[in-house]
Amino acid sequence: MKAFAQLLDSLVYQPQRNGKLRLITAYMRETGDPDRGIALAALTGNLSFKHAKAGLIRGLAEARVDPHLFRLSYDYVGDLAETVALIWPARHGANRAPELAEVVAGLEAASKTEQPRLIEGWLDALDADGRWALIKLMTGALRIGVSARLAKTAVAAIGGVEPDEIELVWPGLSPPYTELFAWLEGKGEKPSGIARAQFRPVMLAHAIEDCDLETLQPADYAAEWKWDGIRVQAISDHGEMRLYSRTGEDISGAFPDVVDFLPAETAIDGELLVFREGEPTTFNELQQRLNRKTVTARMLRDYPAGIRAYDLLQQGEDDLRPLPFRERRARLEALLATPRERFDLSPLVPVTTWHDMQKLRGAPPSPAVEGLMLKRWDSSYLPGRVKGEWFKWKRDPHLVDAVLMYAQRGHGKRSSFYSDYTFGVWKGDELVPVGKAYFGFTDEELKQIDRFVRNHTEAKFGPVREVTHTGETGLVLEVAFEGLQRSPRHKSGVAMRFPRINRLRWDKPPRDADRIETLEAMLA
Amino acid sequence: MTKAETLLRTTPAGLYCPAGDFHVDPVRPVARAVITHGHSDHARAGHGAVLATKETLAIMGARYGEAFTENPQAVAYGDAVTVNGVTVRLVPAGHVLGSAQAVVEQSGARVVVSGDYKRRRDPTCASFEPVPCDVFITEATFGLPVFRHPPDRDEIGKLLHSLKTFPERCHLVGAYALGKAQRVIALLREAGYAEPIYLHGAMQRLCDLYVAHGVDLGDLRPAADHMKTPLLRKVFEGAIVMAPPSALNDLWSRRLGDVVTCFASGWMRVRARARQRLVELPLIVSDHADWDELTATAQELSPRQLWVTHGEEEALVHWANTNGLHAQALHLVGYDEEGEGEPAAPPPVEAGA
Ligand SMILES: [Zn+2]
Ligand SMILES: [Zn+2]
Repeated sequence: MKAFAQLLDSLVYQPQRNGKLRLITAYMRETGDPDRGIALAALTGNLSFKHAKAGLIRGLAEARVDPHLFRLSYDYVGDLAETVALIWPARHGANRAPELAEVVAGLEAASKTEQPRLIEGWLDALDADGRWALIKLMTGALRIGVSARLAKTAVAAIGGVEPDEIELVWPGLSPPYTELFAWLEGKGEKPSGIARAQFRPVMLAHAIEDCDLETLQPADYAAEWKWDGIRVQAISDHGEMRLYSRTGEDISGAFPDVVDFLPAETAIDGELLVFREGEPTTFNELQQRLNRKTVTARMLRDYPAGIRAYDLLQQGEDDLRPLPFRERRARLEALLATPRERFDLSPLVPVTTWHDMQKLRGAPPSPAVEGLMLKRWDSSYLPGRVKGEWFKWKRDPHLVDAVLMYAQRGHGKRSSFYSDYTFGVWKGDELVPVGKAYFGFTDEELKQIDRFVRNHTEAKFGPVREVTHTGETGLVLEVAFEGLQRSPRHKSGVAMRFPRINRLRWDKPPRDADRIETLEAMLA
Repeated sequence: MTKAETLLRTTPAGLYCPAGDFHVDPVRPVARAVITHGHSDHARAGHGAVLATKETLAIMGARYGEAFTENPQAVAYGDAVTVNGVTVRLVPAGHVLGSAQAVVEQSGARVVVSGDYKRRRDPTCASFEPVPCDVFITEATFGLPVFRHPPDRDEIGKLLHSLKTFPERCHLVGAYALGKAQRVIALLREAGYAEPIYLHGAMQRLCDLYVAHGVDLGDLRPAADHMKTPLLRKVFEGAIVMAPPSALNDLWSRRLGDVVTCFASGWMRVRARARQRLVELPLIVSDHADWDELTATAQELSPRQLWVTHGEEEALVHWANTNGLHAQALHLVGYDEEGEGEPAAPPPVEAGA
């Protein structure tokens, strides 16, 4: 417990990511089993005892210390765990300080009535840092700025392996991770990670709003449609067939029609959908099959389900997840090259420019499309939301009615038109600019806006014209955008991602355009 | 027979003995001062006469120049001096080199002014000696039960462990220039650390003074000698550099490269305070008595009156009055809130440092 307390204590003060990594790695090297494994479980949020309430801890302290002195101290320190840890009066001859593993085992085994005495005994035996760490651990509030990923990265450094390798074996492991440490220290085999027909944690995508699209290279990404069903994992392993939801729930029983046709010895990531004449239908149809206790023959007939495959995770003995998406995709295409019942391939969409992709995803080929997925060609299949690897680009953008404020001449063949627009929304009784757009409209619309600009010019600054924008006179633009972020650089305090003109609202008076509060609500 | 309660009283200049016509640790210039120790909030320049240990006089001389008083008077620990019929003795306080408690007596009445003190062992100064008395005037810098300083050895161990974990990073240790710096160095040496330790310019004089008074600090080198070029600065990688707290986050420290910022102070016990100062490695090492030492000392002496000053007075007074003692707060002004004995303003950085 002492070493773990020192680790937590030093992590609290360590501002640098690299420094945190080294502190954790050093601890894992210097500490034996099972304590280091329990520590790893604590850092990755994999401990399962019932947490002690802060009130219980406070009560134990107040029974030991003059209440006035406790209050003065709490006022001074400001943090309950720390106040109790520091003020706890040492009891000489208390039992030897517990090891971390003992504490965790004790908490798991203790009944509610036994808990206070157990905790009191530990508090007596530990020093101030030990008590502090114990209280943080028991109350489940470590708050030391260490993510599960960071902890795994630190552990990977013991064996000089990539953090992703830890991620891949992780699902098959449990505290105290003895076989993991043995492997990393070269004393044991690599843990296989996966039991028969076991669910693999799914890889998730970030919303495109969270990235700067312009910084991504189209050539680095594959695109495919995001289908409007439920994400599933279909596994056939030595004759065992399983269908899992994306959270790992076994839903095989509800979809016998799909399970029967699982390709042998594979694990497939795909979208579960109801198909009609080979085409996927919308989520509403699939809904008829979800959350049913029994599956009737009629349902199987009226709502036939199938899987549109996105990815191949396992083939025979090969765990494909460490391979780049490009290779997994090639294997998936080969697997599904000959048509088969209930399984087909989710087609790729050729990637051109982001602007074109933008338009495309607004006009998908099927109503069963929810948006676009972008996947790095070189991405391994990793659990969770991995930064920079996969993005989802939803079909429905945000819409807001804004007022045209300034217009600027375009470039190239548009140079004779005012085609770049700055628009604003109402803040109090003035308009504040919230973005700029230069596409989204038809050629005909461009001419109309251009005419409006020339007829309503208030002032000229080089290539820019200020356009009349009062409550009564002005042009309202319906602007579509992907996301919104706070921006101190803009007077409005917000900046739009990927705004474009969705519609011209000749019918709408400027005073009825949206207000900044609407955008602020979207931020929250 | 003199009543002990009237032997000393508070005045705007500090504690005053009317019968002897002298002040103890006055915060303003006075005619005659008894100085407990060299920290600048206790030992100020400009008094007519100063009675103190020879170490404290040397420290004052080093800080303010030899002309800090017209009339210095050195007294050895234990020797009695009579001032206008009042006897004054200086007894070790265990705080810093030369630090003393002032024992003030007249006709059988005795008041002890502890000055700043601590009870644990310190290789750089004489240990605190308890003196039975009628009135004990105690400091209360760490007068809250949350302040229990851990063993010094553990804190030095943390520093040595960090040097092992980050062997290429300079460990910059902030410590008050008088007392704390020398104690940390001496503790490092006791723990077997024999590497050269580099000193910020503001540390040099007082370290030299300690060495001249027979305190062994091992191999000390001026950091300034190695600051000029990146090649020279390489010696700081994995080395310990001692600097005053004010230098921890300034331009000077940035030139040391990637540093682990350490701070040796009793205040480091409270995490929020350590984080506020952007400390990466807090070392809880204090030259003041912690809560257990304050209460144990009060109980050991069991004076008729306990006067509390200098810090968290309320809690200690409350504790004393609920534990069979008679205590009151003195509310003296002019001593550092932080009580670690350094002026709030950053000390001047010496040229070339
Ligand atoms: Zn002081
Ligand atoms: Zn002092």
